Amino acid sequence: MSATALTAPPRRPDGLTLLVLPALAFLGVVFLLPLLLLLWSSIRGPGGFSLNGYARVLGDAYYLQVMLQSLQLGLITTGGALLLGYPAAFALARARGYAQVVLFALIFLPLTVSIIVKSFGWGIVLRRDGILNWAMENLGLIERPVRMIFTEGALYAGMINVFLPFMVLPIFSVVRMMDTRLPDAAATLGASPWFRFTRVTLPLSLPGVVAGVSITFSLAVSAYVTPSLLMGDRFMTMSMVMAKAFLNLRDWQLGAAMATVLLAVAITVVVGAAWLQKRLATPRGS
Amino acid sequence: MDRAARWVSSFALLLTIAFLLLPIVVVIPVSFTEAPIFAFPPEGFSLQWYAKIRNVDGLLGALALSAQIAALSTGIALLLGTLAAIALVKGQVPGSAAITAFMVSPLMLPGLVLGIALLQALREVGLRDAWWSLLLAHVVITMPFVMRTVLASLALFDFAMVDAARTLGCSYARALLRVLVPNILPGFISGALFAFIASFDNYPVSMFLVDVRTKTLPIQLLNYLEISPDPTLAAVSTLLILLTVLVLFLCDRLVGLRRMAAL
Repeated sequence: MSATALTAPPRRPDGLTLLVLPALAFLGVVFLLPLLLLLWSSIRGPGGFSLNGYARVLGDAYYLQVMLQSLQLGLITTGGALLLGYPAAFALARARGYAQVVLFALIFLPLTVSIIVKSFGWGIVLRRDGILNWAMENLGLIERPVRMIFTEGALYAGMINVFLPFMVLPIFSVVRMMDTRLPDAAATLGASPWFRFTRVTLPLSLPGVVAGVSITFSLAVSAYVTPSLLMGDRFMTMSMVMAKAFLNLRDWQLGAAMATVLLAVAITVVVGAAWLQKRLATPRGS
Repeated sequence: MDRAARWVSSFALLLTIAFLLLPIVVVIPVSFTEAPIFAFPPEGFSLQWYAKIRNVDGLLGALALSAQIAALSTGIALLLGTLAAIALVKGQVPGSAAITAFMVSPLMLPGLVLGIALLQALREVGLRDAWWSLLLAHVVITMPFVMRTVLASLALFDFAMVDAARTLGCSYARALLRVLVPNILPGFISGALFAFIASFDNYPVSMFLVDVRTKTLPIQLLNYLEISPDPTLAAVSTLLILLTVLVLFLCDRLVGLRRMAAL
């Protein structure tokens, strides 16, 4: 094959191309330019060029702990959502007809309810005089109300609660399209259940898992509303440090440096997920 | 699939749904309580917290502002996004894959980073007006939702059908109206709806751009929760949940929920 056949024919701009310009210009000015300015201000101290912001963010034990804590929050939230959401997506894909629409709507509804309402409701669930303590007391599981709100366990549960649909829906949309005859064929050929799952079902569902994990992780690692409502200052995340640096401390260089670190994490996740999706799309051995 | 695996996955689905609905459903009984606290089970029955909504300072104003910003930004994003989507699908745009990725990228960006970047840039050019800052920011927030769905439905549309309609005697305008529009309308509606919700609910971007007099609903709600937490908030939340259910129901009638989610 000649080299020219491998490259797409050069695209010549025509009249329709102009239609892309308004949106492109808008995002260039209101989105890209501000981001570049943010990167610029992260290396700009009071007296010109300075890496002071990064030195503080990466050299201070407190900020390092905040970063580790955010990553930990992202990982635990993603792991918990995957553990519950993966099997749930299969059951949702298996449901038929009207039942599937209703079940789907019940998972979809929480996505459209305001995050403030959900975090507020989660507070009602966990309060000392809340529904969970009330239920456990009436069931005889506990004698006196347990303090749950403002604990790390409550934070993780609340985070999984907010981000779980972002895990279930991408996996569901892949599993729904899966050819269910393939695991059956493997069974006919004598494959054990474990072998069928690890060699047939799991690989086929991986594109959905990659999509769900990357979305959930990038949302959870940069979460602001849920941790600040459920934990306050007891559990600082990168987003909370950023908000504080900009709104309270007026220390823009610190905030910009932290924002750049968070941006780097987000871009790594997006690029990594795209690379994985590409690898999954190319059949092995070819 | 094996019987055990079926049981486990069905149980996981029920657990998922119960878990997801729990914080939403608890808000409703608390909004009818007589006591001024959120305790469960709620005491008695009263509508006093609903009556108090009117007296909450700035709440209705915030609701109006949020609806206004969400509707306007969705409209602008639809206009810009649709034009761009037509160019990307039908035209010969150099680097169209990169442009598409760029236009959808605000979705993957941490909200606070976008908010901070905009705050700084708008200060730099001297725009201190909260309303205009919010509108500009929310067009960036809504654009990816519109782009994704409109691009997807345009890409699926077979433009030969427009030619076929013209061969059968339709004028070009009529062919577009009767063939193209009904085909891409579901994509439009679901894209617009997602965009509206994303704007209406946004907290992390808006928090940097509001001022004392111009506050969006999520900001105002959180403020209220911090200053005077009482069941009025549960009443507002219940009404918001009711509104969401209504919108979802309408969308199911108009577009079909499953089609909407197959983004």
